[in-house]
Amino acid sequence: MSEPVTALGGASSTDGIAMVSECALQGMITLRGDLSASAFKKAATSASGVAMPEQGMATVEEDRGLCWMSPDELLLLCPYDAVGGTLANVHKTLAKSHALAVNVSDARAMFRVSGAGAREVMTKLCPVDLAPDQFTPGMFRRTRMAQVPAAFWMPEEDVFQIVCFRSQAQYVFDLLTVAAQPGSSVGVYQE
Amino acid sequence: MLILSCPVCGVTAEETEFQGGGEAHLKRFGPGASEDDFEGYLFMRENPRGVHFERWRHAYGCGKWFHAARCTTTLEVFGTYSAQTTEPPKDLRDKISEKRPNWAWREFE
Repeated sequence: MSEPVTALGGASSTDGIAMVSECALQGMITLRGDLSASAFKKAATSASGVAMPEQGMATVEEDRGLCWMSPDELLLLCPYDAVGGTLANVHKTLAKSHALAVNVSDARAMFRVSGAGAREVMTKLCPVDLAPDQFTPGMFRRTRMAQVPAAFWMPEEDVFQIVCFRSQAQYVFDLLTVAAQPGSSVGVYQE
Repeated sequence: MLILSCPVCGVTAEETEFQGGGEAHLKRFGPGASEDDFEGYLFMRENPRGVHFERWRHAYGCGKWFHAARCTTTLEVFGTYSAQTTEPPKDLRDKISEKRPNWAWREFE
């Protein structure tokens, strides 16, 4: 069995206005189906151990969580080692429903941007209003990061957790480090 | 730049997060249709100055299609609505009439 590794081997950049680092391997399962069906809700919440998220929100605790991707799709987060078991459970619970569950852990990369300049770094790259009163911890947003699709949420103030495609991991890391390079602070969210 | 609100996921974002899908409410004619009908469906497009209806896809977001009504000269977006319909909703048409009296687009006015 080969050793699973992250796309960039845990690369990080700490000298800029925000700290950028690649996260450890994260188990991710794409869940598609009728989000209002009770069987689907039950499968999602029991497999993840967290509550169903509202539209445009994410409920994440440590490395477990549910993210609202679209009206018929959730992203289920779980520990990387537990993906196999979790997926089998979901398949069993949803055996009689019209639904889909796929392990996408190895198709994705995850980054963490933290520090006082984190909002600004993200604002430079995404066409999203990230003002402190507009985007708050708990919200989840799928959008565009320069030229590639990305999704992110804030586990806490001044920390962004970003999910992107693994094949674009180097591009996204380079984007983030350039946007966070020393002396590049614009001060847009400072009073 | 257009600012569109996706009626499916509720996100308001700018144009680059979406993908244009061409004219809305095209009518396809079924088996036995005349060649003129088919030609109209395939090639004939509106090119208005003013009120226009289009299809858009929230490509970088939820990935769903929806309809948008906008003005081609001012880029004002009158509203967005579900893709699962064959005509613009009444309240939206009333809203457009308020801002652009006597507008007409294909069979709608």
